[in-house]
Amino acid sequence: MTAPAIGLSAVSFSYTGPLVLDRVSLEIAEGEFVGLVGPNAGGKSTLLKIILGLLDPTAGRVEVLGRAPREARRHLGYVPQHPTFARDFPVTVEQIVLMGRLSGMRPFGRFSAADRAVAQRCMQETEVHDLARRQPFTLSGGQLQRVLIARALACEPRILILDEPTANIDARMEGEIFDLLRQINRRLTILVVSHDVAFISGYIQRVACLNRTLVCHPTTPLDSHLIEALYQSPVRRVQHAHP
Amino acid sequence: MTDFLHALAQYGFLQNALGAILLANLGCGIVGSYVVVKRIGFLAGGIAHAVLGGVGAALYFGFDTTLGALLSAVASALLIGWVSLRAGEHEDTLIGALWTVGMAVGILFISATPGYNADLMAYLFGNILMVRDSDLWLMTLLDLVLIGIVVGFYDALLAVSFDEEFARLRGLPVTFLYLLLLCLVAVTVVLLIRVVGLILVIALLTLPAATAGHYVHTLGRMMALAATIGLVISSLGLVLSYHYDLPTGAVIILAAALLYLVSMLLTRLAQQRRARAAGGGQGSG
Repeated sequence: MTAPAIGLSAVSFSYTGPLVLDRVSLEIAEGEFVGLVGPNAGGKSTLLKIILGLLDPTAGRVEVLGRAPREARRHLGYVPQHPTFARDFPVTVEQIVLMGRLSGMRPFGRFSAADRAVAQRCMQETEVHDLARRQPFTLSGGQLQRVLIARALACEPRILILDEPTANIDARMEGEIFDLLRQINRRLTILVVSHDVAFISGYIQRVACLNRTLVCHPTTPLDSHLIEALYQSPVRRVQHAHP
Repeated sequence: MTDFLHALAQYGFLQNALGAILLANLGCGIVGSYVVVKRIGFLAGGIAHAVLGGVGAALYFGFDTTLGALLSAVASALLIGWVSLRAGEHEDTLIGALWTVGMAVGILFISATPGYNADLMAYLFGNILMVRDSDLWLMTLLDLVLIGIVVGFYDALLAVSFDEEFARLRGLPVTFLYLLLLCLVAVTVVLLIRVVGLILVIALLTLPAATAGHYVHTLGRMMALAATIGLVISSLGLVLSYHYDLPTGAVIILAAALLYLVSMLLTRLAQQRRARAAGGGQGSG
């Protein structure tokens, strides 16, 4: 029995007030493609930050690849929701993707030919290699998203974590991004956050529904039939919780 | 101009002034680019002004003021960096407080120092005609330190400037690098004090780099162009101030601001023309 890719048990979290997460338990096996859905401010991004080790849970246990999140960090590829950088930052697409090859401090270190080859391969996979010399401010929302996915892939992760990867792009692009993710899922575990369960249900294997203080738990088959009926596409198993 | 060149050949203080301009703008172009892309102009301003506290203390206790400036610049960089990491939503209030407290401490020390101190104005507004040979050596040393650190940590500093969260996930010591960046700003402030004075530092730190940002789109090129723009502007300021007998620091800042303004307007116009051309193309097509 190998450790799950991501294991959360009774994880609670609060910033400085009411609980944002209340005893959330969720297990994701290696190779899964899991969607985390829920309303805005439902704690989805907070849960991701806990898995990434950027936040420590107030209570509960988190394991990523059988280790503490901070130790497992280098095996995670992360695609943030809102680019946390300025669009007019003077940097090229290739430089951005190469940042995925950083690991710890290397004074006077330079990216090796192998690092550049990995970055090149990731840009090809996400079809942004033609944009390698461009700057972020010249890219469309969909192109920038692909660049950020390439940067996450350049970490050569075992788990890819995406926060609302299609929030700022149109529906056709959304389909292309998820087609790309499905292809990546052949070799990587993927956890994707979305507010749009209708759309992602066609791609993912399992949905976990999170609303602030709610517990995720396995539901009866009825619920998955319900979701299937609601969204007219198959969802294998649903973890769902409402008050 | 020929007057100036004639005087330059004749007077050592003008040669030193030109040397100081060259050395100051080298560091300023490099570190100013980080200040602009990381948007820490306000923090840099705070560091620069708080330096007066160290200068005042140095005058009062009778040790070298440049050393005082360097120590207090690094100390205020670390303090302001620590506060900005901790302060959350009150960051601007606290930085503003440190900014003015540093100056107030400096003014108290200087007023308590016996005798008249002409030096105060030189620290506040620069006095490039009083650059000594020893200042040039110190500036060279500071430039070498800056360049060494930037070359040594280039990828890491770029990653932290670009996206702190991602840099943290890649195992980079983000807090250390952030404080290191602010220390680079502190060293640059000391470099610039002789040229424009600590009140005007922030303009020379940001305006040439921001102007360069209109034309080049990688950080390395931005540094090179910012240093070049700063060098040209400062030399021009020196010539003009010599010719018309004006304070050099102020003339340099006005020239830098004017260039930035013109450059921004031209860039905007070019963008609008491009947008209109693209829009027109779509409209007819």
